[in-house]
Amino acid sequence: MTAFNPHGKSLNHGILSVLVQNRPGVLARVASLFARRGYNIFSLAVAPAEDESQSRITMVVDLESAPLDQMVKQLFKLVDVVKISELDPRRSIERELLLATVEADTDQRSEIVELVKIFEAKILAVGSDAVTMSLEGHPDKLDDFEELLDSYAIVELQRTGRVALPKLDRATRLRVANPNQKGQVS
Amino acid sequence: MSTTSTRMTGAQALIKALEMEQVDTIFGLPGGCILPAYDPLLESTIRHVLVRHEQGAGHMAEGYAHVTGRPGVAMVTSGPAATNLVTPLMDAYMDSIPMVGITGQVGTSAIGSDAFQECDTVGITRSCTKHNELVMTADDLPLAVRQAFHLATTGRPGPVLLDIPKDVLQNEMTWHWPTDDEVVDSLPGYRPTMKGHPLMIKEAARMILAAERPVLYVGGGMLKARAAEILRELAELTGINVVTTLMARGVFPDDHELCLGMPGMHGTIAATTAMQRSDLLITLGARFDDRITGRLDGFAPDAKIIHVDIDPAEQGKVRRPDVSIVGDCRLVTEELVQAIRDLTASGVKPTDISPWKSRISGWQEIFPLTYDDAAPGAALKPQYCLEELRAASTDDTILVSGVGQHQMWASLHWKFNKPYSWVNSGGLGTMGFSIPAAIGAKAGRPDATVWAVDGDGCFQMTAQELVTATVERIPIKVALLNNSYLGMVRQWQEMFYDERYSEVYLSTDTPDYVKWAESMGCVGIRVESPEEVGPAIEKANSINDRSVVVEFRTDADEKVFPMVPAGVSNDEVLVHPSQEQYRAQLG
Repeated sequence: MTAFNPHGKSLNHGILSVLVQNRPGVLARVASLFARRGYNIFSLAVAPAEDESQSRITMVVDLESAPLDQMVKQLFKLVDVVKISELDPRRSIERELLLATVEADTDQRSEIVELVKIFEAKILAVGSDAVTMSLEGHPDKLDDFEELLDSYAIVELQRTGRVALPKLDRATRLRVANPNQKGQVS
Repeated sequence: MSTTSTRMTGAQALIKALEMEQVDTIFGLPGGCILPAYDPLLESTIRHVLVRHEQGAGHMAEGYAHVTGRPGVAMVTSGPAATNLVTPLMDAYMDSIPMVGITGQVGTSAIGSDAFQECDTVGITRSCTKHNELVMTADDLPLAVRQAFHLATTGRPGPVLLDIPKDVLQNEMTWHWPTDDEVVDSLPGYRPTMKGHPLMIKEAARMILAAERPVLYVGGGMLKARAAEILRELAELTGINVVTTLMARGVFPDDHELCLGMPGMHGTIAATTAMQRSDLLITLGARFDDRITGRLDGFAPDAKIIHVDIDPAEQGKVRRPDVSIVGDCRLVTEELVQAIRDLTASGVKPTDISPWKSRISGWQEIFPLTYDDAAPGAALKPQYCLEELRAASTDDTILVSGVGQHQMWASLHWKFNKPYSWVNSGGLGTMGFSIPAAIGAKAGRPDATVWAVDGDGCFQMTAQELVTATVERIPIKVALLNNSYLGMVRQWQEMFYDERYSEVYLSTDTPDYVKWAESMGCVGIRVESPEEVGPAIEKANSINDRSVVVEFRTDADEKVFPMVPAGVSNDEVLVHPSQEQYRAQLG
């Protein structure tokens, strides 16, 4: 699936949610596999999963570098990989965190505060000539925010890479909304 | 299994665990970090073969595994010994050979401090092993060993490495032996698929009966699955011709009328052309390696593909299959035979493939393997030496090869009629494989006659292991085809670099191979003329208490034909000059 971001780049990407044994060196195995097979990773986030003996790695992968099914099959060959989900961006909830420090003298500060308000970002620190802020949200929203920040002098910026879970299917959502309609599927 | 709770050191547990895994031979060389493991070895039932280079230990373990099907075990110390094992590990990885490598490591508290003979073995071997582990406590050892053997021998076989720090070997633990279920449960991410999908198998059977120009494309996976018998049943049931890749030679008898021999870059014209013109490739345990396919966009353009392999990642990696069957080759082929029988019993008529088969016979007749005879007084022809050697051998003789021209001639001109009678390095193409692998093969099957065929380039890389063969009493026979060159490279320079020979001349008599062999406790024989060939082979075959090296002085100008140059379609195969006139008949 092709997505266009405001910077004008076309990103042919896929999202893999990989459940692995939480053991030393597992991340290195995954990274090493991708490196030697020439599979490109756009971003990667990893942390212990709901079962602490396992970790979840969420990878945004470059589908120009290799077909998704080959990446998945090669990943499964790693003994520590337990389960892989391919997340369709159209049917997933994706979130990412951005931290940025931007130069801001007293004149610019109010503009920046406006921007922060519009995007529902947060100001974390204010200095005499710089402001640190954070924004959490859909990666596309972060892309928009980042592009607007470009008109200011960015001192430093860090994004976490996205994490994602599948959207609840419609029946589940309806059941959650109407607990009296048990067993009914729209 | 033992139920008494005994206290013992990690070293004792390691050796006991290997015994419990039915290991009968370890190829190895001790050193500082692995020293604790060598002490309990003195009382063990396991035979240890002391090598002269750790790379030799690795290739011996491979040769052992090739001919027995059991995992080969190599045990070496840390640092440079571990790095010396990398080549054999990568070789085993490429050819899917079951192997367990055990390396020593510096003590756990010293890891990461650049200690003496320390290296990041797990990091270095990550991409050349099916799996590897740094064992952090003595208590972990039994499970680690069980896991290693389970991973090495199931699914797609491969090398597994255990890196064991010195203090782990020295510390005490309470002996325990995990059950089969515990081993499987400890690897939740590893569940190889053994049985093929019944609907896919049924569809494959239907396609096989409907095909007009089918070919059985058989790879090394059929040998790993121990499927030679069921393959024969399938071929004879359907009457479909069989090609056997470099890694599969011997799984289907060369003498069988349906056998077309080896396909690919240096394959027979009949085998390669049959694949090219086919409308159905029944691919069993093969992976569409580039040596087989030639230029991909010109490979078997009209063929539908049935792909049977135990590794799901091979499906669609090179060529999209029409029917994809993940499973053990032997189990799937058994089901396939049954499905074909069921279909024919229910009235489905197989297509008459006799026109196709007579086309194939035509190619076999017009393009047999051929070479020019040596002019009188000129150097020997290597193909002639191999044919004479084969004539003096039986179907049970095991041939182990190095890498290069001699390897291609051996694979082409030798008649392999039994599985596990051909041992070579295919995927990695490791020069120097032959002698240590032959020693490993003989150690695994001591009653067999083992001949190593080697080039002079390869021989000089690992000949020192003949000392191991002598001292450890594992006699092998070596057919050294000495053309004074790195032959395959020389061939390419002659054909594609305008005969600009760069760094390929090795020298005819330095070293003096006969003297070298004798100094290592072998019988050395030099052969320079055709009349000497027969008697030399006969003498070599009569000596069984020590190794024999027969040096054949061969013609450096000989080139391997047929040949598909790199990057070119299989249709543009170069035939022996004497057959060029029949080229049009390949259509």
